[in-house]
Amino acid sequence: MRKLLSGFAVTGALLSAPAMAQDLTISITNLTHGTYFTPLLVAAHANGNHLFQTGVAASAHLQAMAEGGDITGLSADMTAINADKIENPAGGLLAPGATTTLNLINAAGNDQLSFTAMLLPTNDGFVGVDALSIPTAAGTYTYRVNGYDAGTEANDEIINGAGAPGNPGIPADPGGASGTGGTGVTSTEANTLVHIHRGVLGDSDPTGGASDLDSSVHRWLNPVAELTITVN
Amino acid sequence: MDIFKPLALSTLIAAPLFLIGCSSDDNHVSRVSYQIEVTNLTAAQPMSPLAVALHSGSYAMWQIGTSASSGLEQLAEGGDNTALLAEASSAHAVTMTGNGLILPGTSDSIIINTNMKSDLALSFATMLVNTNDGFTGLSGDKLSNLALGETRSTELLALDAGTEANSESVVTIPGPAAGGEGYNVDRDDRDTVGGHPGVVTSADGLATSALGEEHRFDNPVARVTITRLK
Repeated sequence: MRKLLSGFAVTGALLSAPAMAQDLTISITNLTHGTYFTPLLVAAHANGNHLFQTGVAASAHLQAMAEGGDITGLSADMTAINADKIENPAGGLLAPGATTTLNLINAAGNDQLSFTAMLLPTNDGFVGVDALSIPTAAGTYTYRVNGYDAGTEANDEIINGAGAPGNPGIPADPGGASGTGGTGVTSTEANTLVHIHRGVLGDSDPTGGASDLDSSVHRWLNPVAELTITVN
Repeated sequence: MDIFKPLALSTLIAAPLFLIGCSSDDNHVSRVSYQIEVTNLTAAQPMSPLAVALHSGSYAMWQIGTSASSGLEQLAEGGDNTALLAEASSAHAVTMTGNGLILPGTSDSIIINTNMKSDLALSFATMLVNTNDGFTGLSGDKLSNLALGETRSTELLALDAGTEANSESVVTIPGPAAGGEGYNVDRDDRDTVGGHPGVVTSADGLATSALGEEHRFDNPVARVTITRLK
């Protein structure tokens, strides 16, 4: 994740104390060309907690989110640690180019922000931020957000409706640009820890080839999202 | 376009007032001057002449998720900045065109002047010419927090105007890789501006692509350095 900080906000950052609740306006924009975000989970939590971590094996709840878009497990995890959270702010899928905006009041001590959503259509790709320190000074802060691979499923790029953890395949392409008849890009996952997603391969054969994805539609470059936090 | 003569005149008049910190005199509007330097960071994507605008908060050159203006479409599909600059001018922006193509590894630099205002913002755009409708730039970058003499660098993302499908075919790409058509009025992609997915190229399985492996790119595709000179 790369940061673009507004100059005025930077200079103010050392001047105010974070020891009280904050009123945050948070926007998340899907920067991809043809990849949807499944329902988002956005949480402010205490230091030491995570929805995911790179270089660490995905939890079962993260796997369920990354393979099928199911945030119920991760959301329960956040409840258990008294996080302040917003589920599904976009009211369903966040389409390419679309922005969702939410308001989050975070209690004192819940001074780190995490969010996740599955990248659809992928096997186990997701967009997210892991434990970002929430700025304390009033102002608007913009961050570039990367795509990750949960490392729990081979990226075969076959659309077969499978979204349950452990079942190979991609649930669906909401944009309707996918093909059929792919033979499978791979059947193995070399890195079983959470890592930066290498992107999808796709192909230009709508009824065959290795992939059911379209290489001209479903690929992406990082960042896959832009996150804006306004500290009110 | 800005005019040099009134600038020089107002600078002379305003200079003594600056020294004693007076800037509220209605007869002496403060002039500001910015150097905008854009560096092409790609391997083999020449960038079309810059379209640069200084404007107030009421104008947007583009917005992610919103349909591109006709001017932006013409720049992003064909590299022609004329219509986009005209749109900005009619929205009371001060505009400038760049000095020409920005080849990979090279930079273009312009100096643009205007009257100071609290919501002053910079927008600019340039096409990645070996693409269907790929471009980069900034839209509505606030300048009010850039102090006199200060410099700010920003790495820029590849964007897709969303007005032309990314076929990469020889007839649809105007750059030297293909020499095909630039702008056409049809909109056969999703019709909202967003991030660019990159190019596939014939080297990576898109047999109908006019592009080779060298035309691929990753973010960032360019860097802009903004310096407030006055």
